[in-house]
Amino acid sequence: MNLPTSASTDQTGTGGITLDQAVAGTALPQLSYDVSATTVVLGALASRDWRPMHHDYKFATERNGTPDIFLNTPNLAAWFERFITDWTGPRGRIGRMKFRMRDSVYPGDQMVFAGTVSCSEIDETGCGWASLDISVSVGDRLCCTCTASVALPTDKNDNPWARKSGDWKP
Amino acid sequence: MTDDNALDEQASPERAGLPENTGLPERTGLPAHIAALIGEPQYPETATFSVEMSYAYNTLSATENGNPLYWKPDVADRLTHGMTMPVSTLSLWMRPHRWEPGATTEQVALKAHFDLKEQLDLPEAIMSDNTMILHEPVRPGDVISHHQVLRSISDPKTTKLGTGRFWVIDVEYHNQNGELVGVESYTGFGYKRTAPSTSEVNS
Repeated sequence: MNLPTSASTDQTGTGGITLDQAVAGTALPQLSYDVSATTVVLGALASRDWRPMHHDYKFATERNGTPDIFLNTPNLAAWFERFITDWTGPRGRIGRMKFRMRDSVYPGDQMVFAGTVSCSEIDETGCGWASLDISVSVGDRLCCTCTASVALPTDKNDNPWARKSGDWKP
Repeated sequence: MTDDNALDEQASPERAGLPENTGLPERTGLPAHIAALIGEPQYPETATFSVEMSYAYNTLSATENGNPLYWKPDVADRLTHGMTMPVSTLSLWMRPHRWEPGATTEQVALKAHFDLKEQLDLPEAIMSDNTMILHEPVRPGDVISHHQVLRSISDPKTTKLGTGRFWVIDVEYHNQNGELVGVESYTGFGYKRTAPSTSEVNS
């Protein structure tokens, strides 16, 4: 059983980082997680993904030819969300995520999320953005890469969630 | 990797030897009725169930995500004027029940992808890139609608997997007020497997 490491150090929603703390090159806190069969099945069903390679060992190994059942993509997206907002706190608002699958994550793997800030900027509406490069690896195996843009408060009084369509350009 | 799952194919572009640039604007030899689909909204649908927080907790639990924005109503009131869904659950609210009354086959998401496989006679497919762009937050009680738009289809390409075509399909999601809540973009590769050589057959 993994220890609950999600940050949620900021239980009041008043903390979290601001844009000035998202300097290019800044490393996000690494997240390691021991994946079990339960992790895979729970994530698949939570994302309403009923495909058998995410819960049926025989199907995965005999039909797909994979070593085991494996994490599904929508659930990986949810892991990326957690990884990002663990760092930002609740005022961080993800605007865009693009990811590419390279290899699968199986029960017994320890997946490691790592990320860095590639750049930060304030757009024409005054919204502060941090661009992130993120990877998921198992040992030496790179399983997934992701680039993401997350809106961050420009100061302690700013709230990216208050932005509506005209002021929100992800 | 031979299984049909538009949202989660097994093979990766790197493992399959797929190019980074898929040359998507090209359309050589594409049947006119398929080319005519490019840019046209397809399969407009409205969810048969409303968005609910209780289902979102499954995702939060599966990822041990303790973001107080989703667990603490006072935080949600302060930041988002009420509860919102984890942003990564965008597609969740349009994913069909595996079975429902009247259904004769398994219900699948991203039908435009499966149409292309069938109409182009490309029995296998993988998905490579997935982009998610997030707009208005999704809230409990929302009823989400979506439609699919085929953006492009490439010329025939040969990769380590086989010969086929790349395509890009966008899925646009709106809430019951017509507000855009998000767009997902999928890059797929439909293909026929390359026949094994004699030496491979005999080995």
